[in-house]
Amino acid sequence: MGDPALSRRGFLAASAAAGVGMTALSGCGGDSDGGSSGGTTTIEWWNISTTEPAKGVWAALAKKFEAQNPDVKVKIVQLENDAYKSKMTTLIASGKLPDIFHTWGGGVLKQQVDAGLVEDLTDRTKPWADGLLKVAREPYLLDGKVYGIPFDIGMIGFWYNKALFKQAGVSTPPTTWSGFLDAVGKLKAKGITPIALAGKEKWPEMYYWAYLAMRTAGADALQKAYDDKDFTGADFVAAGKHLKDLVDLQPFQKGFLNAAYSTPTGQAATVGNGKAAMELMGQWAPSVQADAGKGLGDDLGFFPFPAVEGGKGTITEVFGGGGGHALRRDAPQAAVDFLKFFASEATDLELVKKTSALPVVPAAESAITDPNTKAVQAQLNRATGFQLYLDQAYAPAVGQEVNDSVSALIAGSKSPEQVAQSITQATKEEQ
Amino acid sequence: MTSTYLPDKRTGPDIELPPPAVGAARGRTRRRLLHWVTAMGFQVPALVLFIGLVLLPMLFALYAAFFRWGGFGMPSDYVGVDNFTRLFDDPVFLGDLWRCLVLVVLSLALQLPFALAMAVLLNQRIRGRAVYRMLFFAPYILSEAITGVLFSMIFAPDDGLADHVLGSVGLGGLGGTWFADPSTVMATLFLVMMWKYFGFHMMLYLAGLQSIPAELTEAALIDGASAWQRFRNVTLPLLAPTLRISAFLSVIGSIQLFDLVWVITQGGPDHHSETMAVTMFQFGFKRYQVGYASAVSVVMFGISLVFALAYQRFVLRRDLEGATTTMRGGGK
Repeated sequence: MGDPALSRRGFLAASAAAGVGMTALSGCGGDSDGGSSGGTTTIEWWNISTTEPAKGVWAALAKKFEAQNPDVKVKIVQLENDAYKSKMTTLIASGKLPDIFHTWGGGVLKQQVDAGLVEDLTDRTKPWADGLLKVAREPYLLDGKVYGIPFDIGMIGFWYNKALFKQAGVSTPPTTWSGFLDAVGKLKAKGITPIALAGKEKWPEMYYWAYLAMRTAGADALQKAYDDKDFTGADFVAAGKHLKDLVDLQPFQKGFLNAAYSTPTGQAATVGNGKAAMELMGQWAPSVQADAGKGLGDDLGFFPFPAVEGGKGTITEVFGGGGGHALRRDAPQAAVDFLKFFASEATDLELVKKTSALPVVPAAESAITDPNTKAVQAQLNRATGFQLYLDQAYAPAVGQEVNDSVSALIAGSKSPEQVAQSITQATKEEQ
Repeated sequence: MTSTYLPDKRTGPDIELPPPAVGAARGRTRRRLLHWVTAMGFQVPALVLFIGLVLLPMLFALYAAFFRWGGFGMPSDYVGVDNFTRLFDDPVFLGDLWRCLVLVVLSLALQLPFALAMAVLLNQRIRGRAVYRMLFFAPYILSEAITGVLFSMIFAPDDGLADHVLGSVGLGGLGGTWFADPSTVMATLFLVMMWKYFGFHMMLYLAGLQSIPAELTEAALIDGASAWQRFRNVTLPLLAPTLRISAFLSVIGSIQLFDLVWVITQGGPDHHSETMAVTMFQFGFKRYQVGYASAVSVVMFGISLVFALAYQRFVLRRDLEGATTTMRGGGK
């Protein structure tokens, strides 16, 4: 709404657009046969690609699909991330979902599936869906059934400053937790701040605990503990202790407890300006570093979260998530065709090239040019286990409690045992 | 109040009229009906808005506070006073209450006296006092969000203006991590609050000071009163009504503090700057435990209400009684 003097025509257009949105909201289940009239089927596609370049690229893809399938019309409804989430909650209450809708998988998708609103795609997407990157499909597999098709995937790992590592005499990135603590010590000895952390926002702190829990207790443990409502196992306490070992080295930048993530003095900028040697962050880290700070260019490197000695997890298990599409129950065949089209090699190549998504079709990897993206992709390719972001895997109250408790551990006011207990209690309260 | 016809809208003479004749009574009834219809016509829109947007949501929050409720659909899982017992077991909420008290005390003990001192100073004939008045009042006009971002930058460790200034005057040792340290966050936050709000109280006091007739001070001067005596025995008593109102606003403001804290620290580090309103937001809009968040808001409302009523009853009474704005003043 940047237009100060909204003209009459602009106003009419705006109300028309709002009208479309309203129709989409109220009437998406009205034509439950997919709106076939006069031989054409209209499928409604709700997504959250409201920013360029993805917005334009996606619209062009929809046109291309329409050209290939003359009897199908694709109606796109684009909503901003948070608006989408809240509209979906109302839609779920009403029991009617759009034909094709954005999903992150995990707990939220499971709720929708349990409510009987989502189409089981297991048979309808055979065999082409099996060819997609295994780790990317993981968030949408519930009880062995396919409920969604991915279009993007990413993961959390360490982004580090090669020059600063070299200066401290750390020649290769550490692969074990003790090696990692050693590297932190060496960086500190050279007067380099080892790690940048956004303590104000808490979720970047949670990554450490989540990864350590995966490494000590194994890749499936976090989901299992949530389902069993019990995080008090020795492995989870051990994860907290390992994190405490790191915190005791005081590796974070000055004032990290009130640092944000993407502001000019935040975590990403601190690394991007070369004031800290590394950060634990997702595949979007390089662009935020360059946006909030100067960016490191060729000095930037990526390494996976180290393994913990004696732990049940391995270094090849990843913590991450992506984006996908699910279909409403009894969605028309055209919607399935669209998913197939959207997960085709040709489409994925375009997405990777133009919107810097990570490929979900293995053959589309050739389109990656950036070495860091390649490193992330390589890690995803050989992933042996997967844990979805906790805020999508867990109910909001539990996800927030994890963030809050881990933050308290790092601030020194909760012990590893208390963290385990607090999260357990929040899980139990969530029924 | 038995009807929605508010008694204070009646005019005094109406009541005092002698018993009228029968025909006149009918005319009067019609006139009163017309009066009533007119009054309602003007009041209904405002009443509907007030009831729909203020009263009902408040009552609903009170109702929701007795449920475990995620915010969607109607609350159905009745839990009695569980939300409240949990609230008063929660160290964070107890901390909120403590921090609220600290802010109230600091505001009353530091901010208001400082504002008063500035007001007295700027009430003198000094060069450029209009400029000073404007400068000191300016922070109050700034939005809370902008103030928050501004001071986040000023108090950024090492790179911020505060540390630079301290460093350049040789006081680098005083620089610290400000908002990032649990032991200094409240003090720093209070500094920002003081900067932002003292100008508002100063303006109130200035207005109050200017309504004090100069003759009184002059008379005291002729009687040989010292500057302190003139302030203590003439200015201060006459300024008391303004002081009482400004203290009231300051306390209510401290109880409901949200935006500054949310923008600067989000209640951190580790809850050390969290206020009741921040806790309410966390539970209501981050964790979707709306029932519990409603309980927080009910307690917050209760504290404000009790304070406001008690303050009006015991402190503001003499200001309200006989004042031209009071309802009671008219007829008697």
